[in-house]
Amino acid sequence: MAKKITAPLTAETVKDLRAGDSVLISGTIYTGRDLAHKRLTDSLKAGEKLPFDLAGAVIYYVGPSPAKPGKVIGSAGPTTSYRMDAYSPLLMEKGLRGMVGKGNRTQPVLDAMKKHGAVYFAAVGGAAALIARTIKAAKVIAYDDLGPEAVRELQVEDFPAIVINDMYGGDLYEAGVAKYRKE
Amino acid sequence: MKEIQFETIKDAVAKLCIDANCLLGDDVVQAFKDGLKIEESPAGKDILNQLLDNEQIARKEMMPICQDTGWAVVWVEMGSGARVQGGELYDAIQQGVAKGYKDGYLRKSIVKDPLRRENTKDNTPAIIYADIVPGDGLEITVQPKGGGSENMSEVKMLSASDGAEGIKKFVVDRVARSKANPCPPVIVGVGIGGTFEKCAMLAKHSLLREIGSVHPDPFYAEMEKELLERVNKLGIGPQGLGGRVTALAVFIEAFPCHIATMPCAVNINCHAARHQSVTL
Repeated sequence: MAKKITAPLTAETVKDLRAGDSVLISGTIYTGRDLAHKRLTDSLKAGEKLPFDLAGAVIYYVGPSPAKPGKVIGSAGPTTSYRMDAYSPLLMEKGLRGMVGKGNRTQPVLDAMKKHGAVYFAAVGGAAALIARTIKAAKVIAYDDLGPEAVRELQVEDFPAIVINDMYGGDLYEAGVAKYRKE
Repeated sequence: MKEIQFETIKDAVAKLCIDANCLLGDDVVQAFKDGLKIEESPAGKDILNQLLDNEQIARKEMMPICQDTGWAVVWVEMGSGARVQGGELYDAIQQGVAKGYKDGYLRKSIVKDPLRRENTKDNTPAIIYADIVPGDGLEITVQPKGGGSENMSEVKMLSASDGAEGIKKFVVDRVARSKANPCPPVIVGVGIGGTFEKCAMLAKHSLLREIGSVHPDPFYAEMEKELLERVNKLGIGPQGLGGRVTALAVFIEAFPCHIATMPCAVNINCHAARHQSVTL
């Protein structure tokens, strides 16, 4: 049974999540991938205001395909997360509580999640047309020049994801693979 | 001499880009269904079912299967008796890719320079591999290739003394190190032999093969079978959450080799194994 959660995330919501939990996310989340992360980080280091409030925020690592006429967004599955690892710890320090992507994270990210109380979710990579149905509104709020890499504010309803890494060190990838590995 | 119109090629390439990105091949769909029969992990089964649902939505709405609509890798076999009327072949292909990615609402994922990273905004340039062949036809294949799985690919210069087991260890280890990143279940393309760059091209080209097809050389057919079994013992499973179905297929292409070398390339493809062909 999937847990229904609301974004932005509260500290209590994050505390309740464990690796392996299926969740349905509703509320406001933000898109950001490689170049957007670099710009967000550069802004933070320069003491500038960010295009959205990081407190409790969830960032979805996605560069959607363009919306067809009459649609709010195109296909919108997750991109591989490790490319954001260089930037994620600073964002968590400044309030980020949720990350949605796919694939394994590195130790500094896992350490920062424990320290700051954050959670890493995976969405199903390549199920991009299916996921798009849970996105009800989308607007570019920053870095329009980056095209697919621009930061978008998304309104989502029952966006399906699974907790990979919780704030207690739980790791679904490690546990899942260990269970099915032979030899 | 058969004349093929520039606009015919351009329009055909545009259509191939759109169809390849929105219509997953029957062989891949069948491989998901076959995977459901052997997958033991509940999460893994759930993911395979989601991929089947996703394929249906994409087909019905002509939406991309994956938002990463890829590099347009274009393979061309041009008959020596064919010529292009009204322009150059490469221009027709590049303009066709730009048209397809615009008209099909496909994502533009190419940057002008690897370090300065400004988007070209029309997904060009395509990567074109063209060959001159006998006859007067023009066969074009568009293979959109996603970045996430490309990142998990590698070329290694082995020695002849490493033998078949050296190749197998490298392939299995490359998949093992990729873990959840390349969107498993993957298709593993393996190139063996040739030069440094030739073996990478062999690996990429092998990904065009139909899932379920058997290598014509029994030696490599056996190696593909063994590699698929070994890869699927890794336990990575669909999306890396643990399970039986880590790969849907392993494809090998081998080529003659220099006496001093034995290069091997592994090109990983995500489950969105997309390609469409046309003969003009």
